[in-house]
Amino acid sequence: MTAPETAAVATTAALALGDDALVLSHRLGEWAGHAPVLEEEVALANIALDLLGQARVLLSTVGDEDELAYLREERAFRNLQLVEQPNGDFAHTIARQLYFSTYQHLLYAELAAADGPFTGLAAKAVKEVAYHRDHAEQWTLRLGDGTEAGHERMQRACTALWRFTGEMFQRVDGLDVDLAGMETAWLESVRAVLHRATLTVPEGPRAGAWTAGAGRQGVHTESFGRMLAEMQHLHRSHPGASW
Amino acid sequence: MTNTDWPLWEVFVRSRRGLSHTHAGSLHAPDAEFALRNARDLYTRRGEGVSIWVVPSSAITASSPDEKDPFFEPAADKPYRHPTFYEIPDGVKHL
Repeated sequence: MTAPETAAVATTAALALGDDALVLSHRLGEWAGHAPVLEEEVALANIALDLLGQARVLLSTVGDEDELAYLREERAFRNLQLVEQPNGDFAHTIARQLYFSTYQHLLYAELAAADGPFTGLAAKAVKEVAYHRDHAEQWTLRLGDGTEAGHERMQRACTALWRFTGEMFQRVDGLDVDLAGMETAWLESVRAVLHRATLTVPEGPRAGAWTAGAGRQGVHTESFGRMLAEMQHLHRSHPGASW
Repeated sequence: MTNTDWPLWEVFVRSRRGLSHTHAGSLHAPDAEFALRNARDLYTRRGEGVSIWVVPSSAITASSPDEKDPFFEPAADKPYRHPTFYEIPDGVKHL
């Protein structure tokens, strides 16, 4: 990481990964006090805290973490559109978790094994995201293969979020990973889980026309602005305050 | 919300340096797998190297308070039943 260009691409990648973690962490935080049962609420909060920790490390490598989190406009965020999707019902949250944590686990496992700017972070975080993935898979199985109502909701959620999943495998400057290989592994894993959960693997497109996926370029979906307004409100009302 | 009558589980945790599982508390979970995961979140903060047991509360049989006397009050006038006269050697760590 000596040449300026290397630093610049590492910044692009750190922002992308950091924003993913920050935004999803905030979404999961919205469950506090509202989860179906107390134990599950603690689990979601735990995952949110893990992600917030990852976001802090990643954003700190780019600049001041608070400024980056609280003072950037929507267009400056580089997170995937998948992670900014509203929580919806519990099945939506679980489908979002399943899609994202499978991706994040594959990504961090590869980054941890390689020698690059993210090796240290990935080596720590890969254990956390393995747990997130397991949690999401367990719930997908129980909802999909549980009651009729649960199955229906889980299917609806998996199908609704499917179009956001192609974006995860777009190239990001500074992320030196085998995206094609990761995508194959991701599809294989998600298909296997959905199959075991007696769910139908969605057939819609995941990339190209009629799909989402410009979050990495700063183009976001409608609900994201509202989420940011809530997240940034206090900091913007009292600029420069310390806490 | 529909019914979530999850059964109660008792959690026993052995810490990394601990010798035995100790009752840590209880929680609700739909099945044993989730009871383990919830116990990890609630009682171990996911510290590595610990062992967790979960048991459905319904599987535990407790002694009844009514039987306290015959159960827990041994004949104190027979001191040879209570090996309390021995000095414990320094080398014995876990007794």
